[in-house]
Amino acid sequence: MNKEYKDPIPTDSEVILGILNNSESVLKRLYTAYFPMVLQLIINNNGTPDDAKDIYQEAIIILYNKIKAGDFELSSKLKTFLYSVCRRLWLKRLNQMSRYGGDVRDFHDHFQVDEDVDKQNDMNIQFGKMESALQLLGEPCKTIMEDFYIHNLSMQDICERFGYTNADNAKTQKYKCLQRLKKLFFQQK
Amino acid sequence: MTEQKLQEEIERYLSGEMTAQERKQFEALRKEDASLNDKIAEHQLFTQVLKQYNTRMALETRLNAIHDEIDVHTLAESLMIHPSWVVRLWRNHHSKISVAASIAIFGVLSVMFLTGYFSNQDSKYIQLKRDVANLNTKTTLLNQKVAQSAKGGNRYVADRYRGTGFAVTSNGILVTNYHVISEYDSVYVQNAAGKSFKAKVLFTEPQSDIAILKIVDTAFKSLGPIPYTFKKTASDLAESVYTYGYPQDQPVYNDGKITSANGLNGDSLEYQVSVPINPGNSGGPLMDNKGNVIGIVQAKQTQMEGVHFAVKTSYLLSALDSLDQKVTLNTKNTMSNLNSQQQVKKLKNYVFMVKVYEK
Repeated sequence: MNKEYKDPIPTDSEVILGILNNSESVLKRLYTAYFPMVLQLIINNNGTPDDAKDIYQEAIIILYNKIKAGDFELSSKLKTFLYSVCRRLWLKRLNQMSRYGGDVRDFHDHFQVDEDVDKQNDMNIQFGKMESALQLLGEPCKTIMEDFYIHNLSMQDICERFGYTNADNAKTQKYKCLQRLKKLFFQQK
Repeated sequence: MTEQKLQEEIERYLSGEMTAQERKQFEALRKEDASLNDKIAEHQLFTQVLKQYNTRMALETRLNAIHDEIDVHTLAESLMIHPSWVVRLWRNHHSKISVAASIAIFGVLSVMFLTGYFSNQDSKYIQLKRDVANLNTKTTLLNQKVAQSAKGGNRYVADRYRGTGFAVTSNGILVTNYHVISEYDSVYVQNAAGKSFKAKVLFTEPQSDIAILKIVDTAFKSLGPIPYTFKKTASDLAESVYTYGYPQDQPVYNDGKITSANGLNGDSLEYQVSVPINPGNSGGPLMDNKGNVIGIVQAKQTQMEGVHFAVKTSYLLSALDSLDQKVTLNTKNTMSNLNSQQQVKKLKNYVFMVKVYEK
């Protein structure tokens, strides 16, 4: 099943270290190493390559967050973990689309990963809310919010970037934007 | 403190920009005011989600960039489990195939219907039935032939080895049917007591199916006076008659009526009677209820139900006349006043079972 690639498959500890160190090349090698496995699972179980991409990226993100959060125990191979997560996610997706025939054609060993998947699902819901809230917020509020809360720019920098006459104006504007964003975020069910 | 001011304070508190003293004050305030505490927690959560969201977006962008470098199409082609060409053909064209198959089936059925295939089936069935019926008939015929050949192939189904005879005179002259003894080698007669005597054939008259026997056995003694007489004139229709004979080992009595003055196809030789007669009865006497012999039972089977025949006495008498020796017939009827039971009791000593041994 495994095809030969230019980059060798990284070892599991290599992957963990690489992710902790924000290594782009390790992430890339990880991604390319196991994508064929997931693609195979999805396209042979009523899915398209695009479905495979969605599912695989979600699984990679779960793994990534777990490693970053430091609670990833190497109790199984990364490969098995990724396969199990993708399998679980795909079953869920099939159920939602009512395309689930009751059985999945399997290619690898797998184990229960419900907890991780459910946690990820909760996060995804929050992110979905945030995304639509930010979109509704519009400019320049969105950029002010991102600059201040994400990029940690000072109010002085923001003041200059947006051409406010003084910092107090900028602060008032930022406050109004934040209140609107919170309202938009928490309003959503 | 305005809301805006409070918000700024919260942010400064969370980001650690406060001086130690400010921080102390704010924490004291936070302890007092539960709603402030909630606000802080909410803001903390909110900014966290915002930051995580951004991280996620960044990660997704990175992953997408990596993904774009993969030749997904070629990979998918190589990883797809390709089912056999039949399955693929079915998956890709199953609707067309179904329609084609339906049309084909419909077409075949229509052609079969129009060419009368289904009705042919019917006539074939009838033919088959006819064949079976033919076979049945043949089998029956074969069975009959086998049975007849076992009995000697005689046209008459009367027992070839057994018949009935009755005495004409007390010195042992008996009469029976010719067909009973026609292929005889030796003839024995057995009386009601079960005693057998050897007999010889004195005279035969095949045309009227009459045979005259004489007991020649040394053990034989006179029968005593014959109780019945022979009626010379023809009897009338509907006259009650009975027979007595040996269709089986025990003597059998049967009664009935004369139903016709003539026999088969108007044969004036015979009476037609409704007495049930079986093979073995052949040669027995046909009596009227006055104790007169009016005929010799001729157990001829016909296709008709309940129709039997008896040779008229007049032919017996003319046969007796043609014998070399003079036969004196009994003229004293001692049965005329007796009822049926008494008549049969008297009769039984003068009626014999005729046993014929093959050539």
